[in-house]
Amino acid sequence: MKKLLIISALSVTVLFYFAGLPTYASEKELLGAGATFPFPLYSKMFDTYYQTNKVKINYQAIGSGGGIQQLISKTVDFGGTDAFMNARELKKAELPILHIPTCLGAVVVTYNLPDKPKLKFTPDVIADIFLGKITKWSDPRITAVNPEVKLPDMGIVVVHRSDGSGTTFIFSDYLNKVSKEWAFKVGADKSLNWPAGLGAKGNPGVAGLVNQTPGAIGYVELIYTIQNNMPAGLIKNKAGNFIEPSLPSVSVAANVDLPDDTRVSLTNTDAAEGYPISGFTWLVFYKEQNYAERSKEKAEELLKLLWWMIHDGQQFTAPLHYSPVPPKAVEKAEKILGSVTYENVPLLKK
Amino acid sequence: MVNERIFFRIFKDKLFKLSVIGFCFASILPLLFILFYIFKNGIAVINWQFLTELPKPVGEIGGGISNAIVGTVMLVLISSICSIPLGIGAGIYLSEHKQGKLSYAVRLCVEILQGIPSIVIGIIAYVWIVMPLRTFSAVSGGIALGIMMLPIIVRSTEETLKLIPESLKEASLALGVPYYKTIMKVIVPAGLSGIVTAVIISVARVAGETAPLLFTAFGNPFMNINILKPVNSLPLLVFNYAASPYPEWHALAWGASLVLAVLVLTLNVLARIFTKKWKVQF
Amino acid sequence: METELNTGASSLLEFSGIDRSREKDFRFDPFAAPESVFKAVLFGSALCMVLLLLCIFLTLLINSLPSIKEFGFRFFYGKTWNPVTGEFGALPFLVGTLITSFLSLAISLPFSLSLSIFLGEYSTKGTVASLLQSAIELLAGIPSVIYGFWGLFILVPIVRSIEIKLGVTPIGVGIFTSALVLSIMIIPYAASLGREVIRLVPDELKEAAYSLGATRFEVIKKVILPYVISGITAGNLLALGRAIGETMAVTMVIGNSNVIPKSIFAPANTMASVIANEFTEATDDIYLSSLVEIGLLLFMVTMVINIVGKQIIKKMSVQV
Repeated sequence: MKKLLIISALSVTVLFYFAGLPTYASEKELLGAGATFPFPLYSKMFDTYYQTNKVKINYQAIGSGGGIQQLISKTVDFGGTDAFMNARELKKAELPILHIPTCLGAVVVTYNLPDKPKLKFTPDVIADIFLGKITKWSDPRITAVNPEVKLPDMGIVVVHRSDGSGTTFIFSDYLNKVSKEWAFKVGADKSLNWPAGLGAKGNPGVAGLVNQTPGAIGYVELIYTIQNNMPAGLIKNKAGNFIEPSLPSVSVAANVDLPDDTRVSLTNTDAAEGYPISGFTWLVFYKEQNYAERSKEKAEELLKLLWWMIHDGQQFTAPLHYSPVPPKAVEKAEKILGSVTYENVPLLKK
Repeated sequence: MVNERIFFRIFKDKLFKLSVIGFCFASILPLLFILFYIFKNGIAVINWQFLTELPKPVGEIGGGISNAIVGTVMLVLISSICSIPLGIGAGIYLSEHKQGKLSYAVRLCVEILQGIPSIVIGIIAYVWIVMPLRTFSAVSGGIALGIMMLPIIVRSTEETLKLIPESLKEASLALGVPYYKTIMKVIVPAGLSGIVTAVIISVARVAGETAPLLFTAFGNPFMNINILKPVNSLPLLVFNYAASPYPEWHALAWGASLVLAVLVLTLNVLARIFTKKWKVQF
Repeated sequence: METELNTGASSLLEFSGIDRSREKDFRFDPFAAPESVFKAVLFGSALCMVLLLLCIFLTLLINSLPSIKEFGFRFFYGKTWNPVTGEFGALPFLVGTLITSFLSLAISLPFSLSLSIFLGEYSTKGTVASLLQSAIELLAGIPSVIYGFWGLFILVPIVRSIEIKLGVTPIGVGIFTSALVLSIMIIPYAASLGREVIRLVPDELKEAAYSLGATRFEVIKKVILPYVISGITAGNLLALGRAIGETMAVTMVIGNSNVIPKSIFAPANTMASVIANEFTEATDDIYLSSLVEIGLLLFMVTMVINIVGKQIIKKMSVQV
């Protein structure tokens, strides 16, 4: 009996010792969650940041919806989302939340067909495929846009996101602008009432499922198609040109006037050479960092990380086929970071 | 005519026996199938690097599952610490009080607890621990797993202790040994094999659980031994990597599955050996 | 010396069946004999089980209240699960759960029944029997995420080729695949219980039938099975409960579509898999509360199934 008590007391103490042990290190750890859209980029950025700054960033790619929700619940230090928070979400958060863009990406339409042909799509065709109205690859509306390609008589299997996704938001925001029927029937949000198709978790899930399912079509961030050797469709933009998703075409689409809080949609761009389904991805965090007993050190670490991500961190964007944040946006982001306070005192000492 | 009917009946009998045997061995096929694939794909990946390194960023080759292994061990330790004392205590109570309103209620509750889907327990742990603590943590995952271990430990303890004859307890009490010492030093050690077996089996069960960890332990690309922080675990790793499109991650997932399967199977075998060797016969 | 005698005496009283524990005062007095502390600890542990369950139920209930108030019974027959408009109807998941669970039960039935009969009647001892027994336990021991992983990579392509042969869109994932994976997972539960009850059939009944000239098959069909039918039903009921609550393996192969499935090969979602998919990101209170309500529903359904199953088993053992 005594032995048991001694052993259990010891083990509890040991456990809590371990819990408290890296107290200096617990300040040097940040927790983030959210979008899968930029996950390959963040994964590389955070790994490098750890090597150079010895700060561990634990980012879980659970989808933009998850990132926003966990930030609102204050269970994470920052959230990642490709859909800027809407009025309802900001109200739910009670405390003011800031957005800074970390990179630009393209939401591409990818598909699984034998021989991986390069296909062209028009906005209405995309909308009708995802509405479930066009069901075969040999449909005349698709062949009309792709006369040189021999399209098989396969059924189209639509793949969408099963989780709350900013990528879905960007994609549906675009479809909202180009298809009245889509705007009426489905709308634009992170989680939708999809009229057709299979659901997969995260950008990786959609890419994986399209890759394995013959005849499938889905929407993912550009890097996922490049890393997995999957084709990306050319899309007809507002100006009437069929644009291939790439660094330059996305950067061109971002050449717009940004609001001060950087919350802007880049879809259906007016730019002649711009890719029509481009988008920023943001990191969201609280303006006043003294909430839920956060320490000043933690707030400072967060700010250091965010500053690094929009400056030195940008070197990792191009190799991973993301577009870096344009200089105008970096300026706005710097101003936003300057407004972050701890106990109403600005943290940034520049 | 009687002869013919006999032959038909014998024929039906043989046919039945054949189909039963057929179905039996057909049911084992999936097991062999699964084990074969896990072994084949997993063994190719496992090497020292795999077991000791951290996962690499997306798309890069190499990396390992060391943080997941440590995480699984941590979660199992936490859940054991939470559930073993409580479970054994309740089991002893039940075996000592065979009748009674509380015993009836406890048995009913334990049965219901055993049937609760693991995802519902995940919701509970999220509401009880993650939200108030404002962070995902190993301790919340451990507690969720602990809740799942409880019913198994309670029932096995009760069953094992019921099998011990009253005469043992009587003899001890008659010699003047206080009640609590009788239980702790005579009865429980006699039933130890059953209790330890129950612990091993419940550990094997929760080591492979994923659903409750989705929103409690959360996952972590780094090594972590702090129980108040998120932690990775083998099943979480398999789940996340399996659904991805990267072949490197798929390979890691097979390797992790092999490690997990070996762990679970070893525990099951251990439990068997325990029951056979250490069982105190009466 | 005196203390020991007293303790001995009170223990004898306990032995005689008179419950004195209720006479003791359980206020925590730090100077009391270790005895009452110990008894209090035992009592407390047992009480904890009841409290734990109550708290779980209350937590689920309280967190579902917003959506219960909002939707009422509409929740159960509403076909639309739309996070955008805030309209949450759980019918697609009820349908998905029912179809996958019952289908998996149907698929597993011949296998689990054969295993029960084989191990309970044909071969109760010996190496073959113990090997088979171990195999069943191994099947039950494999973690569900591994089943899902294996199902996704090995079973889905197979189902895809079947679908191509049948002329259906070769998605691969869907109700059929998840039912297949589930059926493999629940075989051990029904088989073990079935084996136990078949073993319990009194030899005299079987002897009597044999002595009248019955074949083995006839004995099984006409004597054993009717005798154990309730036990087998209970075992399958418990297996059903397991299938209904299974999350990981299903999430990975069911296709995650929130509409009512139109065919066996269509994608769908079950109550468990929709919670797994959407819980971390439910941004509205109503959204979160609807998901918790689904959890509450799962809790109650599995609870009822388990209680009914265990009751049947209890009746069977009393009967024997």
